[in-house]
Amino acid sequence: MGAGHGHRLHFHGHSALHRAAAHHKVLALLGFMLVVVATPRGWWWAYLAEGVLLGGVVLASRVPLGFLARRMVVETPVLVFAALLPLIAHGERVDVLGLSLSRSGLEGAALLLVKATFGVVAGLTLAATTEPQALLAGLARLRLPHQLVQIAAFMVRYLDVVTDEMRRMRVAREARGFTARDPRHWGVLARSVGALFIRSYERGERVHLAMLARGYDGRIPLDLDRPQAPAVAPRGHGHAHGHAHEHAAAPVPALLTAPAEHA
Amino acid sequence: MHVPDGFFDAPTSAATAVVAASAIGTSLYLARRRELDDRTAPLAGLVAAFVFATQMLNFPVAGGTSGHLMGGALAAVLVGPATAILCLSVVFLVQALLFADGGITALGTNILLMGVVTVLVGYGVFRVLQAVLPKRASLVPLLAGLGALVSVPAAALVFVGLFEVGGTVDVPLGTLASAMLGVHVLIGIGEAVITAAAVAAILKVRPDLVHGARRLPTATPLVVRTSPVATPAAPAAPTGGEA
Repeated sequence: MGAGHGHRLHFHGHSALHRAAAHHKVLALLGFMLVVVATPRGWWWAYLAEGVLLGGVVLASRVPLGFLARRMVVETPVLVFAALLPLIAHGERVDVLGLSLSRSGLEGAALLLVKATFGVVAGLTLAATTEPQALLAGLARLRLPHQLVQIAAFMVRYLDVVTDEMRRMRVAREARGFTARDPRHWGVLARSVGALFIRSYERGERVHLAMLARGYDGRIPLDLDRPQAPAVAPRGHGHAHGHAHEHAAAPVPALLTAPAEHA
Repeated sequence: MHVPDGFFDAPTSAATAVVAASAIGTSLYLARRRELDDRTAPLAGLVAAFVFATQMLNFPVAGGTSGHLMGGALAAVLVGPATAILCLSVVFLVQALLFADGGITALGTNILLMGVVTVLVGYGVFRVLQAVLPKRASLVPLLAGLGALVSVPAAALVFVGLFEVGGTVDVPLGTLASAMLGVHVLIGIGEAVITAAAVAAILKVRPDLVHGARRLPTATPLVVRTSPVATPAAPAAPTGGEA
């Protein structure tokens, strides 16, 4: 696993949805979900219309339905909660297969399922059609505080490095014949968490020093007009100014797509 | 579990989003001023990646079930409350937008419940106990664990309160509160044990990295020990280094 291969949820494609600007897609997702959440109970035709609209967008993205379906496992806890609702909710009871269920609970669970499923499908479609670095540039464009975008940029950039470090620690533990099976093994896992924190924090310190050496002054210039900036900053004239200048001037997208330095 | 879309009604979602946004704004200011200065972005980014990774690490509980760390109290004790809120907020933002985990309309609710509440309650308990107990670094893991223990049921209680105000299903308050509290006290115990053990492990290696132990004497003074055997009277004639 290295950087620059897009995201695990990202599905490479060239549909109109892939080409659409990330900040438009985020706004569309937010607007659509606000409408879904605000749709009153009983307006079944409205839910039908929202479902048809969402289905059309999914089809237009040309992301295979199986790709999306496999990633819908994140919804599992919601299913469990929805299954419990009819058992514990108030109100008039109805008998279904010998179980006394609450009618309002059943309705509520159905609504929750519909809304949550719309949310997961719409969210997955955004994730599948948007590169992480385009998403970050879009968030900056939506006037998310610069510091927050930078933190998110560093997180996304080093996510694979850190999770990979954790995976290697697990492999190392298992190579020594250890598998965590019950709470008596928590101590070992907690020490791994501690080691992972120290490694992550020290990596952060080294990254910060490396950036200072290249002229970092607390701000990363965001080049919003070029969200699809090339991964490698063009040399040519810039070469004479040396490496430091190039890095300091590199826009966030370039910073994000450049191979992760194992600082 | 992350709150999905449609769990709370629109006004509740909007209100929690406003609260979460103001908490993030305050944290941005405080993190830059008091905790990390210009190192904020790279360090908070790496800590956010760390929190994300630990949330993927499963701790076996019993009978094949497992849980994972929420990490609010842990992050607060390690890097300070303001940075911790920033890290957790970014984790939820990335999870919502890149992993479709937690609804986008419920993003404010998720940040408020699992970021702001766990951090503030966990760190608050930690600092209050630290103020009344003897100032010893050896107590830091225990206090961090106690903070984590309280932070998880506190988040569950805030969830119940929100559900009462803006829940989409009419569930008796008592049933929901006792069910949520029961489950989350158990989760809190796991969170407490793991937080304490992780903080203890970090204190042994890099005590300077634990924000909650900053003002405590953590290092033992350096002692120079000499032994008569190791100090020969006169160096022998040079024999040519490498040879």
